[in-house]
Amino acid sequence: MNKRGWRLPQLDATNGVWPALAVALVVGGSLVALDGGSLFSESSTISLLQRAAGLGIVAVGQTIAILAGSLDLSVAYVISLTSLVAAETMAGSDGMVLPAIGAVLLVSAAIGLLNGLLITKLRINAFIATLGVGLLIKGYLEQGYAGPAGSVPTSFQHLGYDRVGPIPLSFLLFAAVAAAVWFTLRSTRYGHHLIATGGDLDVARLSGVRTDLVLIRTHVICSLCAGIAGLYLASRLGAGAPRVGAEGGYDLESIAAVVLGGTVLAGGRGGVAGTVGGVLLLAVIDAVFNQLEVDSFFKQMVRGVVIVAAVAVYALRLRRTSDQRKAAVA
Amino acid sequence: MSTQTAALTSAAPAGLGGGGRSGWGAGSIRPVLIILVLLLIAVGIRQPDFYDPPVLLAFLKRAAPLIILAAGQYFVIVAGDFDLSVGSLVTAEVVIAARLIDGDPAATWPVIALLLGFGLLIGLVNGLVTTLLQVPSFITTLGMYLVLVGAVYTWTGGSPRGALSEEFRLFGRRGIDGVPVLGQLPYAVLVLAGVAVLAVLAMRSDFGKVLLAVGDNPRAARVTGARTARVRTIAFLASGVLAAVAAILLGGFGGVSFQVGQGLEFTAITAVVLGGVVLGGGRGSVAGAMLGALTLQTLLTLLNLLGVSGALSSAVQGLIILAAVAVGTLRRRT
Repeated sequence: MNKRGWRLPQLDATNGVWPALAVALVVGGSLVALDGGSLFSESSTISLLQRAAGLGIVAVGQTIAILAGSLDLSVAYVISLTSLVAAETMAGSDGMVLPAIGAVLLVSAAIGLLNGLLITKLRINAFIATLGVGLLIKGYLEQGYAGPAGSVPTSFQHLGYDRVGPIPLSFLLFAAVAAAVWFTLRSTRYGHHLIATGGDLDVARLSGVRTDLVLIRTHVICSLCAGIAGLYLASRLGAGAPRVGAEGGYDLESIAAVVLGGTVLAGGRGGVAGTVGGVLLLAVIDAVFNQLEVDSFFKQMVRGVVIVAAVAVYALRLRRTSDQRKAAVA
Repeated sequence: MSTQTAALTSAAPAGLGGGGRSGWGAGSIRPVLIILVLLLIAVGIRQPDFYDPPVLLAFLKRAAPLIILAAGQYFVIVAGDFDLSVGSLVTAEVVIAARLIDGDPAATWPVIALLLGFGLLIGLVNGLVTTLLQVPSFITTLGMYLVLVGAVYTWTGGSPRGALSEEFRLFGRRGIDGVPVLGQLPYAVLVLAGVAVLAVLAMRSDFGKVLLAVGDNPRAARVTGARTARVRTIAFLASGVLAAVAAILLGGFGGVSFQVGQGLEFTAITAVVLGGVVLGGGRGSVAGAMLGALTLQTLLTLLNLLGVSGALSSAVQGLIILAAVAVGTLRRRT
């Protein structure tokens, strides 16, 4: 009678990324081992975690934007801009580190506020609003900067290079940001309102949620995450870089990581934990291909296929569970 | 059952206002027309000979690829989807053309056929993955973008090889000479006119009506018996083949590089939205989308004439887009 007894635990979209990660680790690890290297050596683990950190911090912010039914295409330019704000404010002096961090947070929060206001008060579609704001920042960057500018004191470079045991400090920062946002989503009123807003904006509003406020807050937090990533990149590069965000493809990559983690693009369903899995999965694929010294462009192709395939599997599972539910009702 | 009825009834009022061509409402082309006229007047003041037929035609020739891309993007957007792969598809097409033609004039026509076929194939894959596997088109075409960029680089080993033949470049560069009044009538403008007529006819046909219905309310459209998967796939096919056409024209103007198509997907989407088409589908006309592209191109020309550097022009572009879309939506509310 108990049909479910022997089944694997139901994989819904939010935890499907973990088995995928396990498969990637096993298959990738064996491929690298056959090639005579090791995926789990200290140096390759460190570089894997370091690569995950930058994208991860941005992707956490992107997660809540997407959960709220919005999205943010301006993050790549926010990263470039804040890396410059950080490096130019610091200008190599130790005393300016804290003011610079403050300036970065202020600038990124202001951009998030602008995004949020455009989306809620002027009712511009999030895609266009954040694309337009991104273009504005891009124009400013291209006009003002030809190359790297400013410099970061050695004391601030600890963030980019130090590590605690085998774990880079930057990865701990990513973990902290993810944990903070995870807690916010799970245990605060704002977090619950955010999920409601993303699930159905009109229903949330009619239920008394101040959806405009929720969306504005969400965009501020999303931009703040991009600003933190900008700080990390400034520390890593030792200077501000006007093209680091766009060249890293942080806008579309962060959306890809979020979706890979099982958050539904339409909003309302998903979470930060999945995104962490998505970021790690992308980083593992990266690491495997680097170890195998496969052409980096081929890597990009594989990445594209993996993203689409993962989402196709999620969609299939989602349909199957909803079919089962319908069958149960009938 | 109750949800289906709800979907149908909620579709009814929306359907009445859908696809409106007049007034200020969503999907109206009046706002973009006003912006276009203002920009054209400004360009005319700055460059008095702009309205001489040859100059005007040269301008239209430059604008043709973006307008064609916008028309393709329109079909996808009005059905509620996105096509983020068109920029990389344009690059791929140009790089493929250069490598296969390799300066050999005899290869021109077979390669053009192949390019159109390749565009259709990419559109087909996008469409099938989106409709059959139910992957959101944003993700499908984002994946396709990554695959195409990676494939092009891998195939060419990092830098484009080969060369386009003069016959291939003809479409982007030359025209029919000795036309009275106009002087030279560029082939690009003829292609553009052909695409425009076909696109408008397509939207007036049953296909177009079903496409609008699918974008407006997919569930209602499915319940009323529309083959939603089929029309959405056809929309992706149109976007793919029109990207191929745009690539053939762009190959004629510019050199062969990996930058040909860079960012064109966002420019095309911007143009479509500027033309009053609503992201999410169901509202707006293909004429509006193409006018949006023309407006964007006019804006770039004006910025160029005003001596705004290329760097700052993206900022001005961003500002104008935000303003135009904001005005459009605010008008709709009052």
